[in-house]
Amino acid sequence: MDFLQVLGHKALSRFASLGRATHMLLGALLSMPNFRKGTPLLIKQLYMVGYQSLLIIMVSGLFIGMVLALQGYTVLVGYGAEDSLGPLVALSLLRELGPVVTALLFAGRAGSALTAEIGLMKATEQLSSLEMMAIDPLKRVVSPRFWAGFISMPLLALIFSAVAIIGAHLVGVDWLGVDSGSFWSIMQSQVSFQQDILNGMIKSFVFALIVTWIALYKGYDCVPTSEGISKATTETVVHSSLAVLGFDFLLTAVMFSS
Amino acid sequence: MNTRKIEILVGLFVALGVAAFAILALKVANSGISGNGDTYTLSAKFENIGSLKTRAPIKVGGVVIGRVESIYIHPQEFLPVVNMSIDASYECQFSDTTSVSILTSGILGEQYLGLSPVIAAESAKQSCLGNEVTSNAGSELDDLFGVESVALKNGDMLTDTKSALVLEELIGQFLFNQGGE
Repeated sequence: MDFLQVLGHKALSRFASLGRATHMLLGALLSMPNFRKGTPLLIKQLYMVGYQSLLIIMVSGLFIGMVLALQGYTVLVGYGAEDSLGPLVALSLLRELGPVVTALLFAGRAGSALTAEIGLMKATEQLSSLEMMAIDPLKRVVSPRFWAGFISMPLLALIFSAVAIIGAHLVGVDWLGVDSGSFWSIMQSQVSFQQDILNGMIKSFVFALIVTWIALYKGYDCVPTSEGISKATTETVVHSSLAVLGFDFLLTAVMFSS
Repeated sequence: MNTRKIEILVGLFVALGVAAFAILALKVANSGISGNGDTYTLSAKFENIGSLKTRAPIKVGGVVIGRVESIYIHPQEFLPVVNMSIDASYECQFSDTTSVSILTSGILGEQYLGLSPVIAAESAKQSCLGNEVTSNAGSELDDLFGVESVALKNGDMLTDTKSALVLEELIGQFLFNQGGE
């Protein structure tokens, strides 16, 4: 009986927290947009969330592309098929690694920062003060951060893939001696804009929604103590990484399996 | 940090994102990159091009001298015609008896065009370049066969071509020969 009660309690609290998360998201999204006041807030968040993530995204992209080319070459050269390095790198990046690795890095770099920031705002009762001044914190604090994450991450994923392909070209063509024309032409003949690039972008939009939502909710819902903030930040990274990987499997199964 | 600086940096970020999208859309997923340097075009008609692709390399003794520009079907004869763009420094160097064949790099590798050049006679070179023919040197071969060879220039068609080897056809031929014995 006790076991059942524990199970039931856990399930109910999970549903309650899912409900609070949805309520927060809808509250942030469905409030009347005010472009004159909202745009400066959004631009500031785009700077914090998007621009400042550029460095880690570009450097990781470059190195992941170079490593992919190096490893792919070692296997392909055994079959004399090293010319297929281009499509190997491009397809794995555009379909999987670009959106997924960007989302994981984004969760670590920007998601944790969002949680900590909003968590501290809650702990120091800044959110309550806003409400006292009749300013909706969902609209003023949560909404611009959500849109900034939702806009930045697909852009970051595109930059990641492009830089990684350049890195692969650097290693594959300039160092290992794969023919440059074959590298690009076979890549172009095998990569389709709709099937690969657009589906990859849909993926990164979904991941952007998941990661930003989790990060904002964990901060908004944290226990307002220093320990609570630390726990919420950790949970943001762990939960959003797991959610991204899980959804990636689902999306891949739907998009590329037939 | 003031607003202007932040706005500029965000603008940079968005521009980078758009540039990445353009690279991916144009360079990775689509064709339409031009080669570099001056080139001239030769074409060749094949029986079968196998899996030759545009932008495949054209090699002389393993050295890349050009790329396949386009492949299309000859409107009357229904045979594949391959347009090759070759480094302009080789214009008027090859004789029209040069042969071209479709080869494969490695067992599973991509296909490329192998050019077996015949060096054009000095007189043919000069007339191809538009100079007045002064010497008749190097045309002993022509005298031997009693024909006059011409140097290849922009727009010429190569006639001596070898098609790609298609595995099924080879096996079919082999079985046919076995049956005949």
